[in-house]
Amino acid sequence: MATVQLKQVRKSYDGFEVIKGVDLTIRDQELTVFVGPSGCGKSTLLRLIAGLEEITSGDLLIDHQRANDVAPAKRGLAIVFQSYALYPHMNVADNMSFSLKLAGIPKPERDKKVMEAARILNLETFLDRKPKALSGGQRQRVAIGRAIVRDPKVFLFDEPLSNLDAALRVRMRLELTKLHRQLRATMIYVTHDQVEAMTMADRIVVLQAGIIEQVGSPMDLYRYPRNIFVAGFIGSPKMNFMEASIAQVLQGGSVVVALANGATLSVPAVDGMAGAGDKVTVGIRPEHISLASSDGISAQVQTVEHLGSESYLHLNIASGELLTVRINGETTVVPDQQVQLKMEPRSLHLFNKEGSTMRSLPTSTA
Amino acid sequence: MISSKLRQKWAVTLLAWSVALLLAFPVFWIVLTGFKTETEAISRVPHFFFHPTLENYQAVGERANYFHFAWNSIVVSLGSTFLALLLAIPCSYAMAFFPTKRTKDTLLWMLSTKMMPSVGVLVPIYLIFRDTGLLDTKTGLLAIDAMLNLPIIIWMLYTFFKEVPREVLEAARMDGAGPLRELYDLLLPLSMPGIASTSLLAIILAWNEAFWSLTLTAAKAAPLTAFIASFSSPEGLFYAKLSAASTMAIAPILLLGWASQKQLVRGLTFGAVK
Amino acid sequence: MIISDQELSQNVVPATATRRKSWRDSVGVLSLKTPAISALFIWSIIPLLMTIWFSFRRYNLMAPDRTGFDGLGNYRYLLTDPSLALAIWNTVLLVGSVLAITIGLGTLLAVLFDQEFFGRGIARLLVLAPFFIMPTVSALVWKNMLMNPDNGFLAFTMRSVGLKPINWFGVAPLTAVIIIVAWQWLPFAVLTLLTAVQSLDGERKEAARMDGAGPIAMFRYIIWPHLGRAIAATTMIESIFFLAIFAEIYVTTSGGPGFASTNLSFLIYRYALMEYDVGGASVAGLVAIVLANILALFLMRSFARNLDA
Ligand SMILES: Nc1ncnc2c1ncn2[C@@H]1O[C@H](COP(=O)(O)OP(=O)(O)O)[C@@H](O)[C@H]1O
Ligand SMILES: [Mg+2]
Repeated sequence: MATVQLKQVRKSYDGFEVIKGVDLTIRDQELTVFVGPSGCGKSTLLRLIAGLEEITSGDLLIDHQRANDVAPAKRGLAIVFQSYALYPHMNVADNMSFSLKLAGIPKPERDKKVMEAARILNLETFLDRKPKALSGGQRQRVAIGRAIVRDPKVFLFDEPLSNLDAALRVRMRLELTKLHRQLRATMIYVTHDQVEAMTMADRIVVLQAGIIEQVGSPMDLYRYPRNIFVAGFIGSPKMNFMEASIAQVLQGGSVVVALANGATLSVPAVDGMAGAGDKVTVGIRPEHISLASSDGISAQVQTVEHLGSESYLHLNIASGELLTVRINGETTVVPDQQVQLKMEPRSLHLFNKEGSTMRSLPTSTA
Repeated sequence: MISSKLRQKWAVTLLAWSVALLLAFPVFWIVLTGFKTETEAISRVPHFFFHPTLENYQAVGERANYFHFAWNSIVVSLGSTFLALLLAIPCSYAMAFFPTKRTKDTLLWMLSTKMMPSVGVLVPIYLIFRDTGLLDTKTGLLAIDAMLNLPIIIWMLYTFFKEVPREVLEAARMDGAGPLRELYDLLLPLSMPGIASTSLLAIILAWNEAFWSLTLTAAKAAPLTAFIASFSSPEGLFYAKLSAASTMAIAPILLLGWASQKQLVRGLTFGAVK
Repeated sequence: MIISDQELSQNVVPATATRRKSWRDSVGVLSLKTPAISALFIWSIIPLLMTIWFSFRRYNLMAPDRTGFDGLGNYRYLLTDPSLALAIWNTVLLVGSVLAITIGLGTLLAVLFDQEFFGRGIARLLVLAPFFIMPTVSALVWKNMLMNPDNGFLAFTMRSVGLKPINWFGVAPLTAVIIIVAWQWLPFAVLTLLTAVQSLDGERKEAARMDGAGPIAMFRYIIWPHLGRAIAATTMIESIFFLAIFAEIYVTTSGGPGFASTNLSFLIYRYALMEYDVGGASVAGLVAIVLANILALFLMRSFARNLDA
């Protein structure tokens, strides 16, 4: 059993704060993904946990023990770097057994563990090779193997797939998820790619500028983003946003909003803070808009992107705002065509001036 | 079109080779003169074609003291390089991988010690050496050369170490390696080429160092630089023998120098030009 | 198994404000730096302090019993000695001329050797050769075999074109020394600047060529601005060495005739090891140090900017 807890963790470099008070619990056996735009502090947070950077203030608890001052190797964690960071002058077997050798573990036992990891990772035939003679995917596996042999409490990954080509990335993604199930290990995985986060995570931690924006399961974040940042960051293509104002507050918490082009939409289950006339932002995902035969919001098609299985329409609505709509791949819509859009009220998101959601969230996602 | 391009290339070839031959001529002339007789060597009309002789090399070789001075040069240049590396490696490692706010200042200060002209401290060093019995000893000269080269070596190693990916050392740290293990199991093997070229440069500089060799050593510990200087007051015919001795003194360094030309720039400019 | 946050926060060691220093600041890492730093510190500070101390004392090695505090006596003596001014002037002349020659010619040759031509690798090695010749050898060879007015190669060349050979070390001793030192250091400048020229992005040159830049415009607008950093570095390194030129003078002119080719280095050597005047030599040494530091101040400032420490 392994848990990691951060309490009001802060990190500054020369007085410049990069991690601005993070409270977080990583649960046992879960795969937690830190996701956020590049430069938001994901790596720094991971390195603070690993002990490669010193925590400026706050506490780090590993299995309930305060670990701020524990040397990196003594924390029982293993890290896989984006650059793999293999030891170039050692062969694959030596790369994997280096930590065991340093720990004074006898050779037979070392060999056994290396063989075991090599079997899991399909590296048996490469054990004598130097990293130079391996492909990107193989190097990546060696780096993971180096972590596995240590049998760590927590695996840390810092963008481990970013250096691989697209096809290999998808495959390694699956392999990593499988590995996670197989090892029943606690893992923290850093990425800037929300697709990786959505597909792999048990829980996602969305970071922006050194602050946690939201924590939750992938589907929680998808359905109930707490603010515009998360709403825009999670999901592809990106959620559409439209400026609007509240026209009417109805009984039972729903509201009617007026878009800039004059169309009105009713949004259910809004928190009690809404007042008529408030400026708000309406959000809706491209997959939640459909084409209607009549009676919808009228829009003009600008471009059509065919992906085969689906198509994206980029259209203008009367307010001048640009919307993306996902429809089936066989569509016959062409540019410049006028269409009518239908938006499912249940799929609408509403954000106040500060960018926080105005919808009542069904569950606590913290 | 093609022929004008080719003509230009030939023109550049001609010009560049003329410059190269002109600059290298004195070196060529030394080597050539070493194979002449003394009479040919001092002739008013230079001999380009002559019957080569090895008698000068024999003469220099027979004066056993040539090898005595050569040995001094070898001991001093290798020894000072080794001593300086011993001091520099841990220091550069610490500065490259555990930088503090003061690291940059420390590096600049080290550079500034090279700004101190040797002559400015000639008197105290001479007196200290006289009083400690280091005057005219290989140990003394070796220590001075080590100090002269230390800033350059630290800088060079620092720039080489900086090129080792930080993550590799961090991975080792996660694997349980302490600072010394990181140094010996990872950094040294990984930056071997850099350490080799640094050593080469230090050997070259120590081998050719003249100021302290001339002022602090005499018959016993003088290296080749000082030995050659003793030819400056000529008695009789000596150009050919001087040339032979010089050829032997410069040949190893010329070869080492050519081998290390790439790193030379980087080392001597403290990494500013790579 | 899923545990709530509340459960997790039980039994936790309370956070403390005081923290142990991290291990990277620890004694271990500090002790790696200490030997080198203290060696350099001792090497750079103790002799300097001694030089300052001696500069205030009456101290001649030939008269070891006549010592004592001399106040500014050495300073008064040395600063009124016309040879000091001459030595400073010679030093400035020497450093300045060799810098101008090596950087100027070096830039041109760097551009030349950056071109494609037949046998470029070997030609480059030839250009480099003078740099590796030990200073005493180059000085002796130039003095005896090249610049000798009677049987030197230069004399022969001049005679063959109908000119009268120059008695270099009699008539223009400082110029002769400048030529020798410039010959030794030109390769270094060429090599450094060539490295810099080659680090220039090829696509940038091609873009300029597409924009219609000829060789002159290319040099003026593309290459020259790119060389700034390399020139600064070369100037600094060369100045360090040129200020301390000694061996070349020692084996060729011994500072003469008179003081005509005596630079500060050689003046100090004359005071210290020829006249055994420790006090005088120390004052001259301080002058050299001050001079070096004035130079260093400019150079270091431009250099620190380029430093990516
Ligand atoms: N060693 C350092 N010194 C100063 N600033 C740093 C250092 N490491 C990271 N930063 C800064 O901290 C911020 C977060 O960096 P990082 O954690 O690497 O971002 P991410 O991994 O999310 O892309 C960035 O603005 C970066 O410039
Ligand atoms: Mg990162």
